[in-house]
Amino acid sequence: MAVVDKVVGSVRDIRVSLPRRWPGVVALVVVNLVLLVGVFVEVTPYLFMAFGAFKNNEEIFSSNLTLWPHEWTLGNMEALITGFPLARWMFNTAVVAVLGTAVAVLLASLAGFAFAKHDFRFKNVLLVIMLVTLLLPTQVLLVPQFQIMRAFDWFNTYQGLIVPRAVTAFGIILMRQYTLSVPNELLDAARVDGATEFRIWWRIVLPLVRPGVAVLGILTFLGLWNDFFWPLIITTDPDMFVMNLGIASLVGPYDFRYGMLLSGALLASLPVIAVFIFFQRQFVSGLTRGALK
Amino acid sequence: MSTSTLASRIGRPLWPAREWWWRRQRRIAPYIFISPFFILFLIFGLYPVIYSFVLSFTKGFGFEERSFAGLTNYIHMFSDERFGMAMRNTTIYALGSIVLIGGVSLLLALAINSRLVPWKGFFRTAFFFPVLTSEVVVFVIAARILDEQYGLLNFALSKVNLGPVAWLTDPKIVMLSIVLIGLWTWTGINALYWMAGLNAIDNDYYEAAAIDGAGRWQSFRYITLPLLRPIALFVVLQAIIGSYNLFALPLLLTGGGPSDASLTVTLYIYNQGFQFFNVGYASAIAYVMTFFLLAVSAINIKFFGGWASPGE
Repeated sequence: MAVVDKVVGSVRDIRVSLPRRWPGVVALVVVNLVLLVGVFVEVTPYLFMAFGAFKNNEEIFSSNLTLWPHEWTLGNMEALITGFPLARWMFNTAVVAVLGTAVAVLLASLAGFAFAKHDFRFKNVLLVIMLVTLLLPTQVLLVPQFQIMRAFDWFNTYQGLIVPRAVTAFGIILMRQYTLSVPNELLDAARVDGATEFRIWWRIVLPLVRPGVAVLGILTFLGLWNDFFWPLIITTDPDMFVMNLGIASLVGPYDFRYGMLLSGALLASLPVIAVFIFFQRQFVSGLTRGALK
Repeated sequence: MSTSTLASRIGRPLWPAREWWWRRQRRIAPYIFISPFFILFLIFGLYPVIYSFVLSFTKGFGFEERSFAGLTNYIHMFSDERFGMAMRNTTIYALGSIVLIGGVSLLLALAINSRLVPWKGFFRTAFFFPVLTSEVVVFVIAARILDEQYGLLNFALSKVNLGPVAWLTDPKIVMLSIVLIGLWTWTGINALYWMAGLNAIDNDYYEAAAIDGAGRWQSFRYITLPLLRPIALFVVLQAIIGSYNLFALPLLLTGGGPSDASLTVTLYIYNQGFQFFNVGYASAIAYVMTFFLLAVSAINIKFFGGWASPGE
């Protein structure tokens, strides 16, 4: 949490000063109480889901709800693991999110380097095209992308899940922005030393644009891990489902397998929260960066 | 980096093939660097943009045997009640989230930033974390909270002798429920945007205003608010884009129902394009939506005057 403080509160660190007069004390109590109620409202639904994963059906559908299970059960998890290819879903999600992020970041950084530090034909035209596609919502792409997947026979494949999602104009623009700030003298010095352009990118540029890599990496990772629409339209084989799709497939028209749904949602959300705990600072700065324009 | 001088390096003997490559690689390099990205971008980015534009002027089901239909798809939208419902619901969500999420998150940011609040990091993280959860996970959570019979919210309301409210099955209430779910998910991240804006305001302004005898409200009204305008633009645009991306939640929670009361534009595109394979019409809707988004963004940018993102 201290890390979050550093990023958001870096410019003007406001120290808490306890008010000395009565109206101030009242305000202090009221504001903090309201905030605590807000925290309660934010956290309770998630915890209700998380603990619900360990309740049996009678408790889930009881008229007297409690946050904490009366009787802890692993039955839901067990039913989910034995009845469905849960490990496979988890593995698929991890493969798509990790590989997709790696591909996206490397391609965007390489191209961003060219756009920031080299001159080539049609550079400005290409840049304008990227900026324009940045404004278009992905919904415009879906129907033709679906058709391309059919032409390539990429349904139910990892490349189908990863490749179309790994190239975004946003990545290139972001990496170009970060690469612009790399001093030219450094690159020229390396050239004089006989380094090829590829080596310069790998050994000098990439290490120097690490903050950009972190921002793009986290946004891409989060987007791929949490994506639902694309996997929904290009995977039909349960063995190729990602977690989100697997969970959604548990929602039947007649039987609503709540216990399993809750377990699945818990398992799908925990890895992201774990990654967040490790990369808090990058997450916060990455997400506040949001759109770069 | 070695410390050798330019002269000593240029004097280095190179064998011909290597010299040829060495001379050219710098000129060829940028093309090689952009080509993996651009080949993929052409196939999965640019071609689809153009092809779906072409598709939007054709009719027929599936991708084969399509015939030119002129503006039929676009004209059809005006008389298509389901499309009207989808636009209406999406707009309700957008307006609801601008007012509710924007307002609540600004108050939250001001509160957390104020001198009165210790444990700022704790509050930020606690409000922020729902943004990490996917729409599918949010659906599972929301289903347990908003269920009419066994949901936590109606259970809590029954303790104070209210309800039960048909959160998901009453056509008048269902969009409000979805806005409330949005409020739960997006308040924290929006508060972070506002906080980034608040922290970027130079303290000197407030000191100068205080010397001139400005009160708290005056300095908020005439310093804080105007300087937050770029952030406001960003928050509003995020809310609008979010409303158009609303898909998994209504699909899984209500199936767009009851009687299309929670049908959203993207859900309708899915419905037309990937369930009925009416791909021409789906593309036309996607393009109208694009036009809408661009127009709204342009108006916004004009209204708020200029662009910035909180990270800049």
